[in-house]
Amino acid sequence: MTTVDAILRDAPAEICRPWLRHILRHDEWIALAQAAVAEARVLVALWADTAKVHALFLDPAGLTIIAVSTPAEAGSYPALSPFLPGAALYERMIHDLWGHQATGAADVRPWLDHGHWLLSQPMSTRPGPPGQPGQPGVPNYFEPGDTMILPLGPIWGPLDEAAHLRLSVAGPTIRHADALLGFTHKGTLALMRGKSPRIAARFAARLSGDATVAHSVAFSRAVEAAMEVEVPARAVALRIAMMEIERVAVHLDTLAEVGRLADSPIVRSRCSLLRETLVRASDIAFGHRLMMDCAIPGGVAADIAESGSEAILRALGDIASQLSSIRRLHDGAALSSRLVGVGRAGGALAASLGVGGVVGRASGYAFDARIGFVSDYGQFAPRIAVRHDGDAAARQHQRIFEIEESLRLIGAALDYLPDGPVTVALPQVSGEGIGCAESVRGDVWHWLRLDHGQIAAVFPRDPGWALWPLAERVLEGAAAEDIDLIRASLALNASGMDL
Amino acid sequence: MAPRPDPIDPAAVESLRAGLEEAAQARLGRSLAIRHVNTGSCNGCELELRALHGVLYELERFGIKFVESPLHADVLLVTGPLTRNLAAAMVQARDATPDPKWVVAVGDCAVDGGVYRGSYAVLGGAGMGVPVDLLIRGCPPSPGTILAGLRTLLEANLN
Repeated sequence: MTTVDAILRDAPAEICRPWLRHILRHDEWIALAQAAVAEARVLVALWADTAKVHALFLDPAGLTIIAVSTPAEAGSYPALSPFLPGAALYERMIHDLWGHQATGAADVRPWLDHGHWLLSQPMSTRPGPPGQPGQPGVPNYFEPGDTMILPLGPIWGPLDEAAHLRLSVAGPTIRHADALLGFTHKGTLALMRGKSPRIAARFAARLSGDATVAHSVAFSRAVEAAMEVEVPARAVALRIAMMEIERVAVHLDTLAEVGRLADSPIVRSRCSLLRETLVRASDIAFGHRLMMDCAIPGGVAADIAESGSEAILRALGDIASQLSSIRRLHDGAALSSRLVGVGRAGGALAASLGVGGVVGRASGYAFDARIGFVSDYGQFAPRIAVRHDGDAAARQHQRIFEIEESLRLIGAALDYLPDGPVTVALPQVSGEGIGCAESVRGDVWHWLRLDHGQIAAVFPRDPGWALWPLAERVLEGAAAEDIDLIRASLALNASGMDL
Repeated sequence: MAPRPDPIDPAAVESLRAGLEEAAQARLGRSLAIRHVNTGSCNGCELELRALHGVLYELERFGIKFVESPLHADVLLVTGPLTRNLAAAMVQARDATPDPKWVVAVGDCAVDGGVYRGSYAVLGGAGMGVPVDLLIRGCPPSPGTILAGLRTLLEANLN
């Protein structure tokens, strides 16, 4: 069998900073993806533009990235989903947005397009007429006659995502889970196209509220890579502080939510109080509780307020003083009996779907984009932990560990904070780039192509693309009454991947 | 000892209590049931609503509670731009809500579509699908702003 390197050696390439993007024939496209699977590389993203389909593969051991493309000849390209299950949702999305058909795809049901839009295939050069409103909820697997169907969503429990889960339930046990998303599709890619990076950044910041800083930073890094612009050192340090504050705040929110669902009011109240303390400090320091629109292409929108560092450090002190008691509560019988063994995600499954973040690291898949792909972190050297149990208890402990580590990183970044400007002017140039960041739910990747300073094509990869297929598998065999707890523990969000 | 951040604007809290006693008691008895409807939100508004529901603001001490079903709700609290894919669900939720069917649009997206106005996949604000009684701006609005908005709703319905 041929290797990935052998195929890439002979292929022509285009510049996609900081890497190359190799152009493959259809047969090479399949051969490369098969070789990538054999070499334990992970599919990070699959997307398209009007002419080509692109894929991003990651080697989690060697920490290298491969970007490849194949033309969508006569509107079709060879499907990867028959041997790469993680590609299935992307292929459905590519068909709904660009109209390219994946030949031989494992699943050809619509994904984002429910037949209600003003037009179909909105991102193609010639969008079609609106589709037929259909019932997207037809599963593609056999269900025996005694199965009860439990449909959940799209308007779900209080303060929740808009998504639909179709569960087939046998007695108290879930037999199959089929996720249907796309309800919150807002046409983000079409809105970003043709805009300047600074304006388009507002859409990147609103892909997912719990990862607004991470998406903003990944998008900004893609712009800066494409333009070959260097961000001032002060802005780099402030971005690290913001990303880690976001990580702590959202981890606290998830700890509180899981605590609430696992009948631990004390975990819920302590964690939500600490989260509120921290977001109020972010408001003082950066002018926004969630730090939305604070990281922009070329740097950060505004310097940290004079009293900002002090406010944040005080909030960090509050959190640090409570962490060990929150950890002890999770070790106690009441909470651990509720969380141990619930929503177990296997390490092989996480690795094959490329599930990073807390869920991956709690299942033995040791990938964190901060190591290897984000040079900004160099001097701060983030430490990562890996657990192997893969259940809700392991994920809670993983979150507590990551909060502790992020507290250290925030302190180090604010302490280091060099003097100087916080933005750099952006040139009106053309180019292509990829940027990434480690969000609270996993690695975020943004690809874009600029044409004289305007966005010609863009695709953001939210961790949800890997988390939802994993969730479907984790729910199989789980108790139906645990569904809210499992969803909260996996931190499943729809908006980022609904685009 | 847990840290105790200052509660938001005590005057707002006090007047919420007063407003509730008069308005809600007259029309709704002693409580106000809110059903949250996500019509395409980025989940930023949900983070802030969870904070409002959480221990510091503790809405339930005023008798304001979040309920599971529109059948049990007095108020629908809508977040996100109204996406075309969720328009039917939004209308169904309102139809299922008993009178007075108050609808509150929370956040710039639900107010008028926000940055998503003009998209092929978005109708606009919540008002494009159902009549809206109150707009609470912000991206996302802070828990204090949402609380002040709910107070306005009660005061406006005093008579």
